[in-house]
Amino acid sequence: MTFLFYIFAALALIGGIGVVVNRNPVSAAFAMIVSFLGLAALFIQLDAYLVGILQILVYAGAIMVLFVFIIMLLDVEEEEKRRFPIIGITSSFGVAIAFTLLVSVILKRSEIGAKPLPKLAEVSGPGSSDVHRIGEMLFSQYWFPIQIVGVLLLVATVGVIVLSKKELR
Amino acid sequence: MESAITLNHFLLVSGILFAIGLAGVLVRRNLIVIFMCLELMLAAANLTLVAFSRFNPVDGQPNYEGHVLLFFIITVAAAEVAVGLAIIVALFRSRETTDVTKINSMKY
Repeated sequence: MTFLFYIFAALALIGGIGVVVNRNPVSAAFAMIVSFLGLAALFIQLDAYLVGILQILVYAGAIMVLFVFIIMLLDVEEEEKRRFPIIGITSSFGVAIAFTLLVSVILKRSEIGAKPLPKLAEVSGPGSSDVHRIGEMLFSQYWFPIQIVGVLLLVATVGVIVLSKKELR
Repeated sequence: MESAITLNHFLLVSGILFAIGLAGVLVRRNLIVIFMCLELMLAAANLTLVAFSRFNPVDGQPNYEGHVLLFFIITVAAAEVAVGLAIIVALFRSRETTDVTKINSMKY
């Protein structure tokens, strides 16, 4: 289990770095899919099966297809070979490294973060899967937010159609 | 097993992924790639939620409230990507570019 964690964490991080360093947007999109696959594997390692599958279906499937489709549609050229302004690049990576250091220092001092993975109770039979439990929560306790999300998706759909029309009348 | 996986491992991966996304947003000039890096930051934050829900079990099960929140985040992210890409398409139609350094009419 331990080495699987390191493999998939490395996959997620390498994919993320690939998004940043690839000049070609299509390569960046595919690196992003690799990153999301690693992330989904980490979710599944944390016993979040539904969320892991959703991550693959929605992010790596739907969202990245949308990105690749838009890249092809717009015929985005590679970023020019002109060098990046050195001051911008150093300050950007400086901010990122400072953030990482901040997180690692905080984590090193925290006590709640040092506990190992707690054992889960053994359950079996119908109604014990996480899909069942999350579905039950969504449609009982969280019935109102899910209605709002439905309306949000409708509004987004209409908004996208309006935005991508050539001329509004 | 002296080197068991702890909550810190997952939080550190999440933090590094967030920092990578942040660096991408700051460094890249292509609007679409900047948008992808934003998605990367969002996904990194998701990992934190799942890790906390798994490491703080309720009745021997992961805290499913976190998963429900994640479900809503993924849904909202999908809607956000659709609208954002539509805005990028509209921008490309009027300006013929996705380079953020050339979209500067509101800068001065």
